[in-house]
Amino acid sequence: MASGETQTSVEYIRHHLTNLTYGQHPDGTWGFAHSAEEAQAMGFWSIHVDSMGWSIGLGLIFLYLFRRAAKRATAGVPGGLQNFVEIIVDFIDDTTQSIFNHKNDLVAPLALTIFVWVFLMNLMDLVPVDWIPMLSASLGVHYMKIVPTTDPNITMSMALSVFGLILYYSVARKGLIGFLAELSLHPFPSKLAIPINFVLEMVTLIAKPLSLGLRLFGNLYAGEMIFVLIALMFTGGIVFALAGGVFQWVWAAFHLIVITLQAFVFAVLTVVYLAQAHDTEEH
Amino acid sequence: MNLNLTLIGQSLTFFLFAWFCMKFIWPFIKNAMRERQETIAQGLAAGEEAERKLAEAESGAEEERATAKAEAAQIIEQARQRAGQMIEDARAEAREEGERLVEAARSEIDQEVNRAREALRAQVAALAVSGAEKVLGETIDASRHSQMLERLAAEL
Repeated sequence: MASGETQTSVEYIRHHLTNLTYGQHPDGTWGFAHSAEEAQAMGFWSIHVDSMGWSIGLGLIFLYLFRRAAKRATAGVPGGLQNFVEIIVDFIDDTTQSIFNHKNDLVAPLALTIFVWVFLMNLMDLVPVDWIPMLSASLGVHYMKIVPTTDPNITMSMALSVFGLILYYSVARKGLIGFLAELSLHPFPSKLAIPINFVLEMVTLIAKPLSLGLRLFGNLYAGEMIFVLIALMFTGGIVFALAGGVFQWVWAAFHLIVITLQAFVFAVLTVVYLAQAHDTEEH
Repeated sequence: MNLNLTLIGQSLTFFLFAWFCMKFIWPFIKNAMRERQETIAQGLAAGEEAERKLAEAESGAEEERATAKAEAAQIIEQARQRAGQMIEDARAEAREEGERLVEAARSEIDQEVNRAREALRAQVAALAVSGAEKVLGETIDASRHSQMLERLAAEL
């Protein structure tokens, strides 16, 4: 349990689901929110310091490792790091090439970034839920959510960034008119059906970033929640604690598959959506 | 679960990281992989080529060895024939020489016999004359009887 014997289960869970938020208090001063309500009150102009920090930190770990491998990359006998990096790069490259067959230098590196970065962020879910929050609490920081992908801000912002790329490449490849025509002349090829088509296609289009971001968020949020609930069992006596220990391991093992799969799904769907944005032929 | 500035912060980070990956990571690793692929392909091709050449050289060497062997056999055969020939020649020569020597000796013997016979004949003639002189008690005119004496000598 995090801090204080007086904490109830509900408080414990709420505590685990609250981000460390920095923003402007309603009274005009700037600072960290001291409760979920205060964070709520800050509105849009506030930032989740923990999500951003862990996200950037993990992203930098990814970039550092891969950049190191890239700098030392030789055509000769590869070392351990290079082997590891090359396996991932090759895997992403194969996947990308099987889906995306247009000329675009961004898509494969983008998929690599998404895959590894999201995987690392998801991986934080396997760190026992109390370790880092307790550590940070002992340092005076009372909220610390270490899994950025359980923050909808993080997943939705990546999904919206991908959506931005979808819109950009759609217009760049087909022209604004071509893109609008694609939106309004499918699935019913009739002039009368244009409004219906447009509504249907708009739903399809908007569903892309929503499903992309919410799928990742939902999976990880649920996973995190179950870890928190399992952690609650540790307070329920020896039998519950032992059962909790077993559940913890089982769920972690299962979750290992989920986090990899979700990272992969996010990367692949990004490539698929961008491939659709590039496709000019009728379908 | 409130949406806030994190949305924008993460988007900027996302694009920045993706751009960094595209600019400074992806091409280097892909290049190294492509280069290694080429190197390996070249190495394999070179290995195959070397193997082919080795087989070629081996079969060449085999041929060469066979030719050399045949040649050597031929030379030995020739030498043997030549030796036989030489022995044969030498033998023939020796035989000829021997025959010639025998012939020469024989003719010499004949000559000796003839010469001895002549001398004997002359001595017989002189003996006969002196015998006759003693019998007749007078000198026989050699020139008058020489013809008769010669005939006599020839009869001996």
